[in-house]
Amino acid sequence: MDMNREQLMRRIQEVEFAVIDINLYLDTHPTHQQALMDYNKLTQELMNLKMMYERQYGPLTNFGYAPSQYPWQWIESPWPWEDEYTCKEDMPCGFMKRN
Amino acid sequence: MWIYEKKLEYPVKVSTCNPSLAAMIIEQFGGADGELAASLRYLTQRWAMPTNQAKAILTDIGTEELAHWEMIGTIVYQLTKDLPESKIVGTPFEAHYVNHGLDVYPHNAAGVPFTATYFNAKGDPIANLHENMAAEQKARATYEHLISISDDPGVIDALRFLRQREVVHFQRFGEALRIVQEYQDSKKFF
Repeated sequence: MDMNREQLMRRIQEVEFAVIDINLYLDTHPTHQQALMDYNKLTQELMNLKMMYERQYGPLTNFGYAPSQYPWQWIESPWPWEDEYTCKEDMPCGFMKRN
Repeated sequence: MWIYEKKLEYPVKVSTCNPSLAAMIIEQFGGADGELAASLRYLTQRWAMPTNQAKAILTDIGTEELAHWEMIGTIVYQLTKDLPESKIVGTPFEAHYVNHGLDVYPHNAAGVPFTATYFNAKGDPIANLHENMAAEQKARATYEHLISISDDPGVIDALRFLRQREVVHFQRFGEALRIVQEYQDSKKFF
């Protein structure tokens, strides 16, 4: 399966969201076997996706959770709050609803 | 120990610059029922919880709330990114700008800075879990107000995700409350 960086990140976000939600469910339903099986299956898929992402685009986590190529990749852009969007002087600004 | 993941929990795609909307959404960054208050409330209440389910749910929801705080900060940052002063003057964002420029800072929509008085750790797990359930409902209501005044489709999409998480967290806290009540009842002998 060939995915670009954005598609791969999107897939990671989808699977990790499912894992987060099942994790919270298991916290209050620790003996639910089907939920636990889903958690383990999706966790394996998430680990594979993250390994694929980190090999191509650098580490998603630091502090010893993922190795880095040279030079230290952790500091590389984009950081999660950044994207290509920029507001210019001649751009119209959005307006809030006024009913 | 906490580990940072260099990603958002859910993608934020802001479509326009909109300092007025940013000034309202900052309510969830530093307001009473915002994501920072939620995270600190749950992580602060963890220590003396009587059951493992309650310790886990407070740890995990408290951690997820920090990811939501990051999403709200991202929305505010992107709505005001590289904004020239001419686009700020006369908007509700102007008061934020004179103190903080284009930094994101935890205060509410009315400019009141964040305070730990927004939450409590009462020394009583039943009272704490009820506070948490109320907090999730109040955050849901705030998100509904924000969604109804927004007309940026990317912002609305992210706010709808965050609103839905409040509903799930409310459900999980309700289950934790029942588990703690059953645990306390099991320890009473008459």
